[in-house]
Amino acid sequence: MAIKPLAIAACTLTNALGRGLAASLRALREGESGLRPCDFEDAELNTWIGQVAGLDQEPLRGELAPFDCRNNRLARLGLEQDGFGAAVRQARDRYGADRIGVFIGTSTSGIGATEHAYRQRDPITGSLPATFDYQHTHNVFSVADFTRRWLGLTGVAFAISTACSSSAKAFASAWRQMRGGLCDAAVVGGVDSLCLTTLHGFNALGLISARPCRPWDVDRDGLNIGEAAGFALLEWAKPNDDRVLLLGYGESSDAYHMTAAHPEGAGAALAMQEALARAEILPAQVDYINLHGTATPLNDAAEDRAVLRVFGPATPCSSTKGWTGHTLGAAGVTEAVFVALCLEQDLIPGTLNTRRRDPRLGAGVVLENRERPLRLALSNSFGFGGTNCSLLLGRRRR
Amino acid sequence: MNPLAVEAVGLMAPGLAGWPASQAVLAGQRPHAAEPMPATMATLLPANERRRVTATIKLALQAAQEAMAQAALALDPSPGNGRGELSVRTVFASSGGDSEILDKICVALTQPDRPVSPTHFHQSVHNTPAGYWSIATGCMQPSLSLSAYDGSFAAGLREAAALAWADQARVLLIAYDLPPPFPLAERRQIIAPFAAALLLNPATTANRLALLRLDPGASGQPADRLDDAGLERLRAGNPAARGLPLLCAIARRATRRVILFAGTSATLRVAVEP
Repeated sequence: MAIKPLAIAACTLTNALGRGLAASLRALREGESGLRPCDFEDAELNTWIGQVAGLDQEPLRGELAPFDCRNNRLARLGLEQDGFGAAVRQARDRYGADRIGVFIGTSTSGIGATEHAYRQRDPITGSLPATFDYQHTHNVFSVADFTRRWLGLTGVAFAISTACSSSAKAFASAWRQMRGGLCDAAVVGGVDSLCLTTLHGFNALGLISARPCRPWDVDRDGLNIGEAAGFALLEWAKPNDDRVLLLGYGESSDAYHMTAAHPEGAGAALAMQEALARAEILPAQVDYINLHGTATPLNDAAEDRAVLRVFGPATPCSSTKGWTGHTLGAAGVTEAVFVALCLEQDLIPGTLNTRRRDPRLGAGVVLENRERPLRLALSNSFGFGGTNCSLLLGRRRR
Repeated sequence: MNPLAVEAVGLMAPGLAGWPASQAVLAGQRPHAAEPMPATMATLLPANERRRVTATIKLALQAAQEAMAQAALALDPSPGNGRGELSVRTVFASSGGDSEILDKICVALTQPDRPVSPTHFHQSVHNTPAGYWSIATGCMQPSLSLSAYDGSFAAGLREAAALAWADQARVLLIAYDLPPPFPLAERRQIIAPFAAALLLNPATTANRLALLRLDPGASGQPADRLDDAGLERLRAGNPAARGLPLLCAIARRATRRVILFAGTSATLRVAVEP
């Protein structure tokens, strides 16, 4: 039997395309990328990034001031958009503050604060500056703790950190925790912000592109790092619910390599199959796939194999990384909400920046936006360590 | 709430070198003495790999490996599941992940040309032990890596329980944390390494160490403390060791209610029976 679906009662996005859902939707429609040449701090790397404007000017104040760091500023900015806080407050009145779980994905949380602190070590003792607050900034849980406090929620809360699948897996955790009766509704999300660790780390691995990323392009040569915050409020779907529903999720491990995707995309295929199986949906019923599509030569090739194995070449798919860059731990929720928007708007986004599809790849990658009725769509997120997650979202036809 | 069988336990900390050797201490029959941990751990990793990985990875995998070895059943290949040899899902819970690696990266970022090692970067993700575990075992089952700061053990137990019930499958919970190096150690005090693994089965098999029932409600009661001074010092000094009251209850093989620390002003009630 298909699993009991969850409804997205409210959602919001903030990324290089702007603050709030309208900014993302407008950019998707207009084909306007949020990627710019990298000018983050003093990174001095020849690459493009998807940066959120204004974070430097807006410190956290008051009770939550100890959480002040780029990542939690981004979380706050995200939570302020689209009436998300108000929607959660209403849910809090309905369910109780202790019955709404908080599951937030992040890969590096506020490590930027530690990067800064290491540059300000005491020259004699080597100690970090007195202002540095590890628990409320750098620690993985910090962003989930901040989100929970900002929303006034007191139930189960944790940060999920499985690299670039983190915030997709937040949806799966929410479903399980609700199913197990550990909470009655959930705030899921993902927040990852630009930092030198990821910029220089991906650079050291030779995975970043000096140009705007071009998923599935014959000349693709790497990814661009982006930053984003995205949140969704999930509750059990009602009969005849016409909101966007989480119908299925699938997770797997590659068991292959720490950074390289399985060349046949075995784990990725398994995650997609599990998502379909949980929803009792056949591959041919899926109208659109939002690919993980980072634009590194090997990742796209592996995902292509996996998509072909599960869906064949006919299902329209695209990568939206050309708009936002790869937002790492926030990619899962960013793209799940993109998919939700596309289901509402009957829009299949193209693959921005990609000019010539790699003839060695066979998935039905769409380059230009298309308008067509959509009912079911899948979103893929894969990460280092061979962690895979696919989400199947759907909406009843109006 | 639905019960879960604990089929096996893995444990590694100073003075708690493995489950069989630790039961007398945990059951209150012998005082805890903080003896050094064995030099060789995580033998499931190939020797060359073991030399390359960090103390964090080895500690987490050692506890996982011990629990799986105890449950000989779970190590049997599951025919026809198409997911490699192990059919066991994993939840890795750690407050801070691999601080040794994060320290090295932050130091590299202060140096000219920022020589971040690609190996350190890929080992910096919170799910690194999960990645090495799946590669070493060939297990393609889902795995989650999470943090809830000092409440990470309780969060991991909730997620492992939810996963076991949702998928009607065995779940291995691995909680681990190590003292960070200087200078991070000045801002995050973890007094000793600690890792524990619990193999949980939603089928309440007779072949079990204990049966657990999680109470989903807020408890409002303070977390249990331990009578043994050494164990209590560990419990309070390492986020993963916040699970010690549960391990003690399992070792005593008695029926009791355990209250685990689950974060600032939050606790998790667990009913334990043999």
